[in-house]
Amino acid sequence: MTTVRLLVGTKKGAFVLTSDERRERWEVNGPHFSGWEVYHVKGSPADPDRLYAAQSRGWFGQVAQRSDDGGATWQPIGNDFRYEGATNTHKWYDNSDHPYAFLRVWHLEPSLSDPDTVYAGVEDAALFRTTDAGKNWEEMPGLRTHPSASTWAPGAGGLCLHTIILDKTHPDRIITAISSAGAFRSDDDGKTWRTITKGLHSNYIPDPDAEVGHCVHHIAMHPSRPNVLFMQKHWDVMRSDDSGDSWHEVSGNLPTDFGFVIDVHAHEPETIYVVPIKSDSDHFVPDGKLRVYRSKSGGNEWEALTKGLPQKDCYVNVLRDAMSVDSLDSCGIYFGTTGGQVYASADAGDSWKAIVHDLPSVLSVEVQTLR
Amino acid sequence: MIRVVLPANLRTLAGVGREVELEVGSPVTQRSLLGALEAAYPALRGTIRDPVTQQRRAMLRFFACERDLSDQSLDAPLPEEVAAGREPYLIVGAIAGG
Repeated sequence: MTTVRLLVGTKKGAFVLTSDERRERWEVNGPHFSGWEVYHVKGSPADPDRLYAAQSRGWFGQVAQRSDDGGATWQPIGNDFRYEGATNTHKWYDNSDHPYAFLRVWHLEPSLSDPDTVYAGVEDAALFRTTDAGKNWEEMPGLRTHPSASTWAPGAGGLCLHTIILDKTHPDRIITAISSAGAFRSDDDGKTWRTITKGLHSNYIPDPDAEVGHCVHHIAMHPSRPNVLFMQKHWDVMRSDDSGDSWHEVSGNLPTDFGFVIDVHAHEPETIYVVPIKSDSDHFVPDGKLRVYRSKSGGNEWEALTKGLPQKDCYVNVLRDAMSVDSLDSCGIYFGTTGGQVYASADAGDSWKAIVHDLPSVLSVEVQTLR
Repeated sequence: MIRVVLPANLRTLAGVGREVELEVGSPVTQRSLLGALEAAYPALRGTIRDPVTQQRRAMLRFFACERDLSDQSLDAPLPEEVAAGREPYLIVGAIAGG
């Protein structure tokens, strides 16, 4: 029997939601780590019952957790995220130099092949890796010591490394995104990095076409076509057909091209999803309507998906790690809102249902398809 | 035995009740007490003191015998009442946030 398992991180704990392949009835388990902000929970593709969670709180700093039984039980793992070498600086909001200092983990990306290896994207922007199931974390300092790192500046949420993409066809390739530095790619297992921002244009920075300074919100890739990347930038939905070497805009007919999430259909690499958000000041959905937009042409032509979603008096946001897709034949799409709802579509977005209504504000949603 | 009272979130994390008891070698100081606490409950490492700087986290304070010890030297002896286990050492989280 196939089981679908959702891993939901919220501002007050983590929740594990499970269903069978019909995805109609969901069992809710949680809260785990209640009272803590759980920025991300993700399972290992190599061992789906091996889960990792990043919990933090302003009072107590960072804690990391591991489950070896699919989220039934958890144990704290290493939480010492220590930058390697001398402390360098980045730009602060007032353009002064500010020393890099660890604040929290934003994103955990388990290795595609080894359940004991996990990458962690953190604030202030740096990439860490464990190869012993979380006991020890070591920085991969090539990124934070990139020649441009002294010019990186935080976005409103901080200087955070929030996106990590691994590629099974290029085992030494890692793609990361940092708000608001931009996007970076390593082709040598994280030793050296290059910016992948050619074609990005951001009117809110002094040089709109600069190599760094773009507030990239999220990047998505379909595993069957690793050279094609889709990006939701602070403004603009972008596409690259050459692993990020160059980008072009595919915002097309979206009502606003601001947003946070972007994801790709499990079986249709040209079908992508975004949730437009009203910005810069509001950061909720436009017109009180929660609409997912789908493009079946890899961008530019978008259709609003509204069936089952509130179309009046709705003022939620959907954050960058809060959308995920399952791999069932009829692709399931899931997203969580800052209002505490998690919506699911079992038909690739044609219709939606709130599978939970009243969780704490949702920070992240990941899905596992367990066969 | 030294008695230590933890804030609620750390009790859950460590899997303990409101108060824990510790063996702490002499002299009993805040540094030796916190070291013994983290050794007994490794899940608490990094949650009370920053793991790199060893500085007290800004939104926590340390009290004992109705005194705020937060800004005292970590190597100063703790009050005899604490060392003798008659009074607890309190780790208190700021009442703030939502």
